[in-house]
Amino acid sequence: MAGIKVFGHAATISTRRVLIALHEKNLDFELVHVEIKDGEHKKEPFLSRNPFGLVPAFEDGDLKLFESRAITQYIAHKYENQGTNLLPADSKNVSQYAIMANGMQVEAHQFDPVATKLAWEQVIKLIYGLTTDQAVVAEEEAKLDKVLDAYEARLKEFKYMAGDTFTLTDLHHIPVIQYLLETPTKKLFTKRPRVNEWVTEITKRPASQKVLQ
Amino acid sequence: MVVKVYGQIKAANPQRVLLCFLEKGIEFEVIHVDLDQLEQKKPEHLLRQPFGQVPAIEDGDLKLFESRAIVRYYATKYADQGTDLLGKTLEKRAIVDQWVEVENNYLYAVALPLVINVVFKPKFGEPCDVTLIEELKVKFEKVLDVYENRLATNRYLAGDEFTLADLTHMPGMRYIMNETTLGDGLVTSRENVNRWWNEISARPAWKKLMDLAAY
Repeated sequence: MAGIKVFGHAATISTRRVLIALHEKNLDFELVHVEIKDGEHKKEPFLSRNPFGLVPAFEDGDLKLFESRAITQYIAHKYENQGTNLLPADSKNVSQYAIMANGMQVEAHQFDPVATKLAWEQVIKLIYGLTTDQAVVAEEEAKLDKVLDAYEARLKEFKYMAGDTFTLTDLHHIPVIQYLLETPTKKLFTKRPRVNEWVTEITKRPASQKVLQ
Repeated sequence: MVVKVYGQIKAANPQRVLLCFLEKGIEFEVIHVDLDQLEQKKPEHLLRQPFGQVPAIEDGDLKLFESRAIVRYYATKYADQGTDLLGKTLEKRAIVDQWVEVENNYLYAVALPLVINVVFKPKFGEPCDVTLIEELKVKFEKVLDVYENRLATNRYLAGDEFTLADLTHMPGMRYIMNETTLGDGLVTSRENVNRWWNEISARPAWKKLMDLAAY
Protein backbone atom coordinates (compact mmCIF):
# COMPACT_ATOMS: atom_id res chain seq x y z
CA MET A 1 0.00 0.00 0.00
CA ALA A 2 1.57 3.24 -1.15
CA GLY A 3 -0.08 5.33 1.57
CA ILE A 4 -0.19 9.07 2.03
CA LYS A 5 2.86 11.20 1.29
CA VAL A 6 3.31 14.93 1.65
CA PHE A 7 6.19 16.54 -0.25
CA GLY A 8 6.89 19.82 1.50
CA HIS A 9 8.57 21.79 4.23
CA ALA A 10 7.19 21.45 7.75
CA ALA A 11 7.69 25.13 8.59
CA THR A 12 5.77 26.57 5.62
CA ILE A 13 2.21 27.86 5.84
CA SER A 14 0.89 25.83 2.92
CA THR A 15 2.48 22.56 3.99
CA ARG A 16 1.17 23.05 7.54
CA ARG A 17 -2.35 23.52 6.18
CA VAL A 18 -2.19 19.95 4.86
CA LEU A 19 -0.40 18.53 7.92
CA ILE A 20 -3.03 19.94 10.29
CA ALA A 21 -5.78 18.31 8.24
CA LEU A 22 -3.96 14.95 8.36
CA HIS A 23 -3.46 15.24 12.13
CA GLU A 24 -7.13 16.14 12.64
CA LYS A 25 -7.99 12.93 10.81
CA ASN A 26 -5.43 10.81 12.73
CA LEU A 27 -4.02 9.68 9.40
CA ASP A 28 -0.61 8.08 9.00
CA PHE A 29 1.55 9.76 6.43
CA GLU A 30 5.14 10.28 5.37
CA LEU A 31 6.49 13.82 5.13
CA VAL A 32 9.13 13.95 2.42
CA HIS A 33 11.24 17.02 3.11
CA VAL A 34 11.78 19.45 0.22
CA GLU A 35 14.81 21.67 0.86
CA ILE A 36 13.56 25.09 -0.14
CA LYS A 37 16.78 26.94 0.54
CA ASP A 38 18.48 24.71 -2.05
CA GLY A 39 15.73 25.43 -4.58
CA GLU A 40 14.65 21.80 -4.56
CA HIS A 41 11.04 22.87 -5.20
CA LYS A 42 12.03 24.49 -8.49
CA LYS A 43 13.74 21.40 -9.90
CA GLU A 44 12.93 17.85 -10.84
CA PRO A 45 11.72 15.56 -9.43
CA PHE A 46 9.55 18.01 -7.49
CA LEU A 47 8.41 19.93 -10.59
CA SER A 48 6.74 16.79 -11.92
CA ARG A 49 4.63 16.83 -8.77
CA ASN A 50 3.81 20.53 -8.94
CA PRO A 51 4.71 22.26 -12.20
CA PHE A 52 4.32 25.64 -10.46
CA GLY A 53 7.24 24.80 -8.18
CA LEU A 54 5.64 25.40 -4.78
CA VAL A 55 5.18 23.17 -1.77
CA PRO A 56 3.28 21.08 -0.88
CA ALA A 57 2.57 18.22 -3.25
CA PHE A 58 0.60 15.17 -2.14
CA GLU A 59 0.09 11.53 -2.95
CA ASP A 60 -2.56 9.08 -1.75
CA GLY A 61 -2.04 5.79 -3.53
CA ASP A 62 -2.39 6.61 -7.23
CA LEU A 63 -3.81 10.08 -6.69
CA LYS A 64 -1.32 12.92 -7.02
CA LEU A 65 -2.33 16.46 -6.14
CA PHE A 66 -0.96 19.92 -5.45
CA GLU A 67 -2.56 23.13 -4.06
CA SER A 68 -3.01 22.86 -0.28
CA ARG A 69 -6.71 23.82 -0.28
CA ALA A 70 -7.52 21.17 -2.91
CA ILE A 71 -5.59 18.61 -0.86
CA THR A 72 -7.37 19.46 2.40
CA GLN A 73 -10.76 19.23 0.68
CA TYR A 74 -9.87 15.81 -0.69
CA ILE A 75 -8.77 14.65 2.77
CA ALA A 76 -11.96 16.01 4.36
CA HIS A 77 -14.18 14.13 1.92
CA LYS A 78 -12.22 10.92 1.45
CA TYR A 79 -11.74 10.38 5.18
CA GLU A 80 -15.06 11.85 6.19
CA ASN A 81 -15.79 9.09 8.65
CA GLN A 82 -12.62 9.20 10.69
CA GLY A 83 -11.09 11.67 13.09
CA THR A 84 -12.48 15.22 13.27
CA ASN A 85 -15.25 16.02 10.82
CA LEU A 86 -13.87 18.90 8.75
CA LEU A 87 -17.07 19.30 6.74
CA PRO A 88 -20.28 20.86 8.07
CA ALA A 89 -22.16 18.83 10.69
CA ASP A 90 -25.03 17.80 8.44
CA SER A 91 -23.36 16.08 5.49
CA LYS A 92 -26.64 15.86 3.57
CA ASN A 93 -27.19 19.61 3.71
CA VAL A 94 -25.60 21.07 0.60
CA SER A 95 -26.44 24.62 1.68
CA GLN A 96 -24.23 24.24 4.76
CA TYR A 97 -21.48 23.06 2.49
CA ALA A 98 -22.00 26.19 0.35
CA ILE A 99 -21.54 28.40 3.39
CA MET A 100 -18.31 26.61 4.22
CA ALA A 101 -17.14 27.02 0.62
CA ASN A 102 -18.00 30.75 0.79
CA GLY A 103 -15.83 31.09 3.90
CA MET A 104 -12.96 29.18 2.28
CA GLN A 105 -12.93 31.65 -0.60
CA VAL A 106 -12.98 34.60 1.81
CA GLU A 107 -9.94 33.13 3.55
CA ALA A 108 -8.17 32.68 0.22
CA HIS A 109 -9.04 36.10 -1.25
CA GLN A 110 -9.41 38.51 1.65
CA PHE A 111 -7.44 37.12 4.57
CA ASP A 112 -4.54 35.08 3.25
CA PRO A 113 -2.87 37.58 0.86
CA VAL A 114 -2.70 40.22 3.59
CA ALA A 115 -1.80 37.85 6.44
CA THR A 116 0.90 36.16 4.37
CA LYS A 117 2.51 39.51 3.51
CA LEU A 118 2.59 40.36 7.23
CA ALA A 119 4.15 36.99 8.09
CA TRP A 120 6.68 37.44 5.27
CA GLU A 121 7.71 40.94 6.44
CA GLN A 122 7.90 40.21 10.16
CA VAL A 123 9.00 36.59 10.39
CA ILE A 124 10.25 34.98 7.20
CA LYS A 125 12.39 37.87 5.98
CA LEU A 126 14.26 37.80 9.28
CA ILE A 127 15.08 34.14 8.79
CA TYR A 128 16.69 35.09 5.49
CA GLY A 129 18.61 37.94 7.09
CA LEU A 130 16.47 40.66 5.46
CA THR A 131 14.83 43.59 7.27
CA THR A 132 11.16 44.23 7.94
CA ASP A 133 9.62 47.06 5.90
CA GLN A 134 7.50 48.80 8.53
CA ALA A 135 5.65 50.85 5.94
CA VAL A 136 4.39 47.65 4.32
CA VAL A 137 3.47 46.26 7.75
CA ALA A 138 1.42 49.38 8.52
CA GLU A 139 -0.33 49.23 5.15
CA GLU A 140 -1.15 45.55 5.42
CA GLU A 141 -2.29 45.84 9.05
CA ALA A 142 -4.78 48.50 7.97
CA LYS A 143 -6.19 46.03 5.43
CA LEU A 144 -6.22 43.19 7.97
CA ASP A 145 -8.13 45.44 10.40
CA LYS A 146 -10.95 45.74 7.86
CA VAL A 147 -11.05 41.99 7.24
CA LEU A 148 -11.08 41.26 10.96
CA ASP A 149 -13.98 43.69 11.46
CA ALA A 150 -15.97 41.49 9.07
CA TYR A 151 -14.76 38.39 10.92
CA GLU A 152 -15.75 39.84 14.32
CA ALA A 153 -19.28 40.46 13.00
CA ARG A 154 -19.43 36.94 11.55
CA LEU A 155 -18.22 35.30 14.75
CA LYS A 156 -20.82 37.15 16.81
CA GLU A 157 -23.40 35.11 14.89
CA PHE A 158 -21.58 31.78 14.79
CA LYS A 159 -19.12 29.93 16.97
CA TYR A 160 -16.90 29.12 13.99
CA MET A 161 -16.57 30.63 10.52
CA ALA A 162 -19.04 28.32 8.78
CA GLY A 163 -21.41 27.57 11.66
CA ASP A 164 -21.39 25.85 15.02
CA THR A 165 -18.63 23.37 14.30
CA PHE A 166 -14.96 23.54 13.34
CA THR A 167 -14.51 23.06 9.57
CA LEU A 168 -11.95 23.45 6.80
CA THR A 169 -12.78 27.16 6.70
CA ASP A 170 -11.31 27.63 10.19
CA LEU A 171 -8.45 25.17 9.58
CA HIS A 172 -7.16 27.03 6.51
CA HIS A 173 -6.49 30.10 8.66
CA ILE A 174 -4.42 28.40 11.34
CA PRO A 175 -0.84 28.24 10.00
CA VAL A 176 -0.49 31.92 9.11
CA ILE A 177 -2.23 32.98 12.33
CA GLN A 178 0.29 30.92 14.29
CA TYR A 179 3.07 33.00 12.73
CA LEU A 180 1.29 36.31 13.26
CA LEU A 181 0.78 35.58 16.96
CA GLU A 182 4.57 35.81 17.29
CA THR A 183 4.52 39.38 15.97
CA PRO A 184 3.04 42.76 17.03
CA THR A 185 0.19 42.02 14.59
CA LYS A 186 -1.15 39.76 17.36
CA LYS A 187 -2.89 42.80 18.84
CA LEU A 188 -5.26 42.99 15.86
CA PHE A 189 -6.62 39.59 16.88
CA THR A 190 -6.59 40.01 20.66
CA LYS A 191 -8.38 43.38 20.65
CA ARG A 192 -11.49 41.83 19.10
CA PRO A 193 -13.32 39.64 21.67
CA ARG A 194 -14.87 37.05 19.37
CA VAL A 195 -11.89 36.88 16.99
CA ASN A 196 -9.65 36.45 20.05
CA GLU A 197 -11.76 33.56 21.34
CA TRP A 198 -11.82 31.93 17.92
CA VAL A 199 -8.05 32.27 17.45
CA THR A 200 -7.45 30.80 20.91
CA GLU A 201 -9.77 27.87 20.17
CA ILE A 202 -8.38 26.93 16.78
CA THR A 203 -4.71 27.28 17.68
CA LYS A 204 -4.93 25.25 20.89
CA ARG A 205 -6.34 22.19 19.11
CA PRO A 206 -3.93 19.24 19.42
CA ALA A 207 -3.57 18.98 15.63
CA SER A 208 -2.64 22.67 15.43
CA GLN A 209 -0.10 22.25 18.21
CA LYS A 210 1.48 19.21 16.53
CA VAL A 211 2.78 21.23 13.56
CA LEU A 212 4.65 23.58 15.89
CA GLN A 213 6.80 20.79 17.29
CA MET B 1 -36.94 28.83 -7.84
CA VAL B 2 -35.19 31.60 -9.76
CA VAL B 3 -31.79 32.48 -8.32
CA LYS B 4 -31.12 36.19 -7.87
CA VAL B 5 -27.62 37.24 -8.89
CA TYR B 6 -26.51 40.68 -7.75
CA GLY B 7 -23.87 41.95 -10.13
CA GLN B 8 -23.23 43.04 -13.67
CA ILE B 9 -23.42 40.76 -16.71
CA LYS B 10 -20.26 42.31 -18.18
CA ALA B 11 -18.19 41.75 -15.01
CA ALA B 12 -15.85 38.75 -14.78
CA ASN B 13 -16.78 37.29 -11.41
CA PRO B 14 -20.56 37.38 -11.91
CA GLN B 15 -19.95 35.78 -15.33
CA ARG B 16 -18.43 32.77 -13.61
CA VAL B 17 -21.76 32.20 -11.86
CA LEU B 18 -23.96 32.95 -14.87
CA LEU B 19 -21.95 30.58 -17.06
CA CYS B 20 -22.41 27.79 -14.51
CA PHE B 21 -26.16 28.42 -14.51
CA LEU B 22 -26.28 28.35 -18.31
CA GLU B 23 -24.28 25.10 -18.44
CA LYS B 24 -26.63 23.50 -15.89
CA GLY B 25 -29.95 24.97 -17.06
CA ILE B 26 -30.56 26.82 -13.77
CA GLU B 27 -32.93 29.79 -13.99
CA PHE B 28 -31.58 33.10 -12.79
CA GLU B 29 -32.33 36.79 -12.64
CA VAL B 30 -29.56 39.39 -12.71
CA ILE B 31 -30.13 42.36 -10.45
CA HIS B 32 -27.86 45.03 -11.76
CA VAL B 33 -25.29 46.52 -9.40
CA ASP B 34 -23.72 49.56 -11.02
CA LEU B 35 -19.98 49.10 -10.56
CA ASP B 36 -19.14 52.41 -12.27
CA GLN B 37 -21.19 54.19 -9.61
CA LEU B 38 -19.56 52.09 -6.88
CA GLU B 39 -22.93 50.69 -5.89
CA GLN B 40 -21.12 47.60 -4.58
CA LYS B 41 -19.57 49.72 -1.80
CA LYS B 42 -22.90 51.06 -0.56
CA PRO B 43 -24.58 49.84 2.65
CA GLU B 44 -27.35 47.91 0.90
CA HIS B 45 -24.92 45.79 -1.05
CA LEU B 46 -22.50 45.45 1.86
CA LEU B 47 -25.22 43.55 3.70
CA ARG B 48 -25.00 40.94 0.96
CA GLN B 49 -21.24 41.06 0.44
CA PRO B 50 -19.32 42.59 3.34
CA PHE B 51 -16.17 43.10 1.24
CA GLY B 52 -17.98 45.30 -1.28
CA GLN B 53 -17.66 43.09 -4.36
CA VAL B 54 -19.84 41.25 -6.85
CA PRO B 55 -21.43 38.78 -7.23
CA ALA B 56 -23.74 37.85 -4.37
CA ILE B 57 -26.66 35.46 -4.75
CA GLU B 58 -30.00 34.82 -3.10
CA ASP B 59 -31.74 31.49 -3.55
CA GLY B 60 -34.73 31.38 -1.24
CA ASP B 61 -33.21 31.61 2.24
CA LEU B 62 -29.68 30.88 1.09
CA LYS B 63 -27.40 33.85 0.63
CA LEU B 64 -23.87 33.42 -0.68
CA PHE B 65 -20.98 35.36 -2.16
CA GLU B 66 -17.59 34.43 -3.72
CA SER B 67 -18.20 33.20 -7.27
CA ARG B 68 -16.02 30.09 -6.95
CA ALA B 69 -17.96 28.97 -3.85
CA ILE B 70 -21.26 29.67 -5.58
CA VAL B 71 -20.40 27.56 -8.65
CA ARG B 72 -19.06 24.78 -6.43
CA TYR B 73 -22.39 24.69 -4.58
CA TYR B 74 -24.55 24.61 -7.69
CA ALA B 75 -22.31 22.09 -9.43
CA THR B 76 -22.75 19.84 -6.37
CA LYS B 77 -26.43 20.47 -5.74
CA TYR B 78 -27.38 19.95 -9.39
CA ALA B 79 -24.78 17.29 -10.16
CA ASP B 80 -27.26 15.33 -12.26
CA GLN B 81 -28.67 18.27 -14.23
CA GLY B 82 -27.06 19.79 -17.31
CA THR B 83 -23.30 19.57 -17.79
CA ASP B 84 -21.46 17.56 -15.14
CA LEU B 85 -18.93 20.09 -13.90
CA LEU B 86 -17.33 18.08 -11.10
CA GLY B 87 -16.68 14.51 -12.13
CA LYS B 88 -18.19 11.36 -10.65
CA THR B 89 -15.51 10.23 -8.22
CA LEU B 90 -13.77 11.88 -5.25
CA GLU B 91 -10.45 11.56 -7.04
CA LYS B 92 -11.76 13.28 -10.19
CA ARG B 93 -13.28 16.05 -8.06
CA ALA B 94 -9.94 16.53 -6.32
CA ILE B 95 -8.25 17.16 -9.67
CA VAL B 96 -11.00 19.64 -10.58
CA ASP B 97 -10.47 21.40 -7.23
CA GLN B 98 -6.74 21.52 -7.87
CA TRP B 99 -7.13 23.38 -11.16
CA VAL B 100 -9.77 25.73 -9.69
CA GLU B 101 -7.16 26.58 -7.04
CA VAL B 102 -4.58 27.08 -9.82
CA GLU B 103 -6.88 29.55 -11.57
CA ASN B 104 -7.39 31.38 -8.27
CA ASN B 105 -3.72 31.49 -7.27
CA TYR B 106 -1.88 31.79 -10.58
CA LEU B 107 -3.99 32.79 -13.56
CA TYR B 108 -6.32 35.25 -11.78
CA ALA B 109 -3.46 36.57 -9.64
CA VAL B 110 -1.55 37.62 -12.77
CA ALA B 111 -4.38 38.33 -15.21
CA LEU B 112 -6.23 40.68 -12.86
CA PRO B 113 -3.43 43.26 -12.40
CA LEU B 114 -2.59 42.90 -16.10
CA VAL B 115 -6.15 43.67 -17.15
CA ILE B 116 -6.38 46.52 -14.62
CA ASN B 117 -3.27 48.13 -16.06
CA VAL B 118 -3.88 47.39 -19.72
CA VAL B 119 -7.67 47.88 -19.89
CA PHE B 120 -9.12 49.69 -16.90
CA LYS B 121 -6.57 52.33 -16.04
CA PRO B 122 -6.50 53.74 -19.60
CA LYS B 123 -10.31 53.64 -19.62
CA PHE B 124 -10.42 55.83 -16.52
CA GLY B 125 -7.59 58.07 -17.73
CA GLU B 126 -5.15 56.83 -15.10
CA PRO B 127 -1.48 56.24 -15.82
CA CYS B 128 -0.57 52.57 -16.10
CA ASP B 129 2.61 51.03 -14.69
CA VAL B 130 4.55 49.98 -17.75
CA THR B 131 7.30 48.22 -15.77
CA LEU B 132 4.69 46.24 -13.88
CA ILE B 133 2.98 45.26 -17.14
CA GLU B 134 6.23 43.84 -18.49
CA GLU B 135 6.88 41.93 -15.24
CA LEU B 136 3.34 40.54 -15.26
CA LYS B 137 3.65 39.45 -18.88
CA VAL B 138 6.75 37.43 -18.00
CA LYS B 139 4.90 35.76 -15.11
CA PHE B 140 1.87 35.15 -17.31
CA GLU B 141 4.01 33.43 -19.94
CA LYS B 142 5.47 31.09 -17.29
CA VAL B 143 1.95 30.20 -16.12
CA LEU B 144 0.79 29.61 -19.70
CA ASP B 145 3.78 27.30 -20.26
CA VAL B 146 2.47 25.06 -17.49
CA TYR B 147 -0.99 25.09 -19.07
CA GLU B 148 0.50 24.35 -22.51
CA ASN B 149 2.17 21.28 -21.08
CA ARG B 150 -0.93 20.12 -19.24
CA LEU B 151 -3.18 20.56 -22.27
CA ALA B 152 -0.75 18.65 -24.51
CA THR B 153 -1.85 15.42 -22.85
CA ASN B 154 -5.32 16.42 -21.59
CA ARG B 155 -8.19 17.72 -23.66
CA TYR B 156 -9.39 19.80 -20.72
CA LEU B 157 -7.59 20.90 -17.57
CA ALA B 158 -8.95 18.13 -15.35
CA GLY B 159 -8.94 15.40 -17.99
CA ASP B 160 -11.27 14.28 -20.76
CA GLU B 161 -14.30 16.33 -19.83
CA PHE B 162 -15.13 20.03 -19.51
CA THR B 163 -15.46 20.86 -15.81
CA LEU B 164 -15.44 23.74 -13.35
CA ALA B 165 -11.67 23.76 -13.81
CA ASP B 166 -12.11 25.10 -17.36
CA LEU B 167 -15.24 27.12 -16.67
CA THR B 168 -13.64 29.13 -13.90
CA HIS B 169 -10.98 30.41 -16.31
CA MET B 170 -13.30 31.69 -18.96
CA PRO B 171 -14.30 35.18 -17.77
CA GLY B 172 -10.65 36.14 -17.15
CA MET B 173 -9.47 34.61 -20.42
CA ARG B 174 -12.12 36.61 -22.27
CA TYR B 175 -10.59 39.85 -21.02
CA ILE B 176 -7.14 38.76 -22.15
CA MET B 177 -8.33 37.51 -25.55
CA ASN B 178 -10.97 40.12 -26.43
CA GLU B 179 -10.00 43.31 -24.65
CA THR B 180 -6.23 43.26 -24.86
CA THR B 181 -3.84 42.38 -27.64
CA LEU B 182 -1.94 40.07 -25.30
CA GLY B 183 -3.83 37.01 -26.50
CA ASP B 184 -2.38 37.35 -29.99
CA GLY B 185 1.13 36.56 -28.87
CA LEU B 186 0.82 34.78 -25.58
CA VAL B 187 -2.11 32.46 -26.23
CA THR B 188 -2.29 31.93 -29.99
CA SER B 189 1.42 31.04 -30.06
CA ARG B 190 0.73 28.13 -27.72
CA GLU B 191 -0.88 25.37 -29.75
CA ASN B 192 -2.62 23.53 -26.93
CA VAL B 193 -3.80 26.56 -24.94
CA ASN B 194 -5.08 28.03 -28.20
CA ARG B 195 -6.91 24.81 -29.06
CA TRP B 196 -8.41 24.67 -25.56
CA TRP B 197 -9.62 28.27 -25.61
CA ASN B 198 -11.15 27.89 -29.09
CA GLU B 199 -12.97 24.76 -28.01
CA ILE B 200 -14.38 26.00 -24.70
CA SER B 201 -15.38 29.40 -26.08
CA ALA B 202 -17.39 27.63 -28.80
CA ARG B 203 -19.65 26.03 -26.19
CA PRO B 204 -23.34 27.06 -26.52
CA ALA B 205 -23.54 28.23 -22.88
CA TRP B 206 -20.60 30.59 -23.42
CA LYS B 207 -22.13 31.94 -26.63
CA LYS B 208 -25.39 32.52 -24.78
CA LEU B 209 -23.52 34.42 -22.07
CA MET B 210 -21.80 36.56 -24.69
CA ASP B 211 -25.22 37.35 -26.20
CA LEU B 212 -26.52 38.40 -22.79
CA ALA B 213 -23.48 40.57 -22.16
CA ALA B 214 -23.98 42.25 -25.56
CA TYR B 215 -20.45 43.63 -25.84
